[in-house]
Amino acid sequence: MKIKILVLTIFYLIVSFNLSYAANSEKVDQISKNLRCLICQGQSVYDSQSDFALSMKILIQNKIDEGKNDEQIYDFLKSKYGEWIVYDPEINKNTVLLWVLPLILFVFGGILILRKVSIK
Amino acid sequence: MVKNIKLIAVVFLVIVSFFILLKGLNKTNNYSPNLNSSKIDFNFKAKFLYSDEESTLYELINDKDFSIINIWASWCLPCREEHSFLLNLKSLDKLNIIGINYKDNEINAKKFIKELGNPYSKIVVDPSGVNSIELGAYGVPETILINNNSKTILKKYIGPLDDKKLAELKMIIKNEN
Repeated sequence: MKIKILVLTIFYLIVSFNLSYAANSEKVDQISKNLRCLICQGQSVYDSQSDFALSMKILIQNKIDEGKNDEQIYDFLKSKYGEWIVYDPEINKNTVLLWVLPLILFVFGGILILRKVSIK
Repeated sequence: MVKNIKLIAVVFLVIVSFFILLKGLNKTNNYSPNLNSSKIDFNFKAKFLYSDEESTLYELINDKDFSIINIWASWCLPCREEHSFLLNLKSLDKLNIIGINYKDNEINAKKFIKELGNPYSKIVVDPSGVNSIELGAYGVPETILINNNSKTILKKYIGPLDDKKLAELKMIIKNEN
């Protein structure tokens, strides 16, 4: 009986350890998917196997272990590498056209369709 | 007449987009960050190559007016090429040259220094590459010139040094005083 309990406890510990580790690296994957690998062409840090990306993943893991949240990690990297490192561009005067243009096109297209329909 | 206007509009659009794209060809796509935006964290900690002690960047750059931080590795061929330029810079007495050995084998790194000479006043190791990321670096080789008094980055070179960059570095150091 005692042995059974011991085995079960060990099993439980191993599983829970693995699970917590998996949860952690999942977080790294999640963050690194949002980061542009600056020395690669059109790859995210998550996709890349370059030295730069591998170090970046270690750094993200370290920051998570330090208890930093996603926002703090992104801000840290932005302060080092600039806005370009994140895939999701902030709205500022340089990117406002990028955000507004699809909306304008959508409205314009809608007007075109409406006119076509009402003519018929 | 209506057909004519359509044709003119299309031709006009094609010509406009042609010139926009032509202009885009001359623009380099290589992204390099704004110098002001990349701040250096001087509390960064690393182990020395030749001893087991650790040091912060703050202590490393403390004693002279300027510092050059050079990221290198023995496996990196361009680093071999730029080494003579670093040795040349060693003669400037207002300058500290700090080497960061990037993702390298210590034995190979020591061999590299023994073979080509040591331009560095101190060498620290960065086996995982994390320290270099904290410096805002892209890879090897990379050279950063720092003004130790104001703790600002004066110049950053991604890629190996050459005659032109060497002259520029010396100019900057000369003009800053």
